Amino acid sequence: MNDHIVSSYDQELRTLAGKIAEMGGLAEGLVADSITSLTRLDTVLAQKVIATDVRLDRLQRDIEERAIVIIATRQPMAMDLREIIGALRISNDLERVGDLAKNIAKRVVGLEGGFTAKKLVIGVEHLAEIALEQLKNVLDSFTSRDDSVAMDVRRRDDEIDALYTSLFRELLTYMMEDPRNISFCTHLLFCAKNIERIGDHATNIAETVHYVVTGEQLTEDRPKGDTSNLISVDLDS
Amino acid sequence: MDIMVDDMSGLTVERKPKVVARDVNVHYGEKHALKGVSIDIPEKSVTAFIGPSGCGKSTFLRCINRMNDTIASCRVDGTISIDTQNIYDPVLDVVQLRARVGMVFQKPNPFPKSIYENVAYGPRIHGMARNKQDVDEIVATSLQKAGLFEEVKDRLDDSGTSLSGGQQQRLCIARAIAVGPEVILMDEPCSALDPIATARIEELIDELRSNFTIIIVTHSMQQAARVSQKTAFFHLGILVEEGPTDHIFTKPRDKRTQDYITGRFG
Repeated sequence: MNDHIVSSYDQELRTLAGKIAEMGGLAEGLVADSITSLTRLDTVLAQKVIATDVRLDRLQRDIEERAIVIIATRQPMAMDLREIIGALRISNDLERVGDLAKNIAKRVVGLEGGFTAKKLVIGVEHLAEIALEQLKNVLDSFTSRDDSVAMDVRRRDDEIDALYTSLFRELLTYMMEDPRNISFCTHLLFCAKNIERIGDHATNIAETVHYVVTGEQLTEDRPKGDTSNLISVDLDS
Repeated sequence: MDIMVDDMSGLTVERKPKVVARDVNVHYGEKHALKGVSIDIPEKSVTAFIGPSGCGKSTFLRCINRMNDTIASCRVDGTISIDTQNIYDPVLDVVQLRARVGMVFQKPNPFPKSIYENVAYGPRIHGMARNKQDVDEIVATSLQKAGLFEEVKDRLDDSGTSLSGGQQQRLCIARAIAVGPEVILMDEPCSALDPIATARIEELIDELRSNFTIIIVTHSMQQAARVSQKTAFFHLGILVEEGPTDHIFTKPRDKRTQDYITGRFG
């Protein structure tokens, strides 16, 4: 990313990469905090997540503006161009990750004083652990320009999808057992879906890293493990 | 055979090679200026040569119409053929060759004659016109193809040098087209022009490629990216990398190409 004849160009690219790293750290923190606030039903932490998401939005706009200025003034080519397009795409994904974390936090606020059943939350927590690891790995792969790590992240996404599907079944069972669980379980189900989406954004970023490093766009379909769309319940049984 | 994507239809089309160079070496006295260049130039498309100053791209361009013959110390080895005919064949008529391979230079260089005479000169000396009417027609169609006719049709007797820089360059292109060439060589045709005149020439190049094989040497990588379908990168007399233009500018294979087009060395 360095050694341009014009050193201020290097500086601009470094700043852009730095902003992505900052967004990545912030997004990881937001997801982790939103899950903690969920498992502890900590509304103060949840409020903090909601407030912090604004920073992520601001960073995303900042990155977008900087990328546009670099394109307009430097006419980037080859790997520089891919780098900038990559930054644009990744900042979009991270902004969405922040929104999903914020949505989880909002549900915690909504759940205040609600029924807490630790065993219901454990599954969601486990799902979040994998998603967070995916997010961390993929951000590392961007920093180190390591395509193989990025491709591992992409392959691992079906694990999250499969876990989400089993969680979906589990929550349905609880709801059928006792209608008083419905409200809480529905919120949890949305949280789980949000986490599953965060995993999808991690795979998007993995595909972007692959593009930045190799110049090739991935075309083949990636493995899909989410089959919750096929699940139905028979209320008469 | 080059496989190219047509910008209009998005379909891939096969382009037969018009100019084929094999193991071309050029020496200026002791200096080895071009080292073993082999490339196919596809017909009816624009091929751009890029590279830092002194990389051999203009030298190679000048081999294609044997302009290097005029430099006493210059020696060219290897073969260059146009439509399978070796242009360094001793029996070949160089004057005829230069009618088939036209050239446009960096600085517009119209003859100090009228606009009409600038265009009419080539067809006349090549005996392409039997009478005044034929010449009139060639002048008009050449100026039209060069996108200049509307601007100069009422003052064809004015001096060619009275035109603006961009108009003069289009006049030079009209002059090159007038003798019915198959290949047009352009050596940095826009470097002396302002951005608007440059855009006109680029638009013209895009139109001309449906009838001619165009080879352009340019220092502007944006220009190469905009106008060409195939790009060749030269460095220190070596053809480092050639390929479809969109590949060269988004994912070049060679590190030297990457470094050059991203501005890492000059």
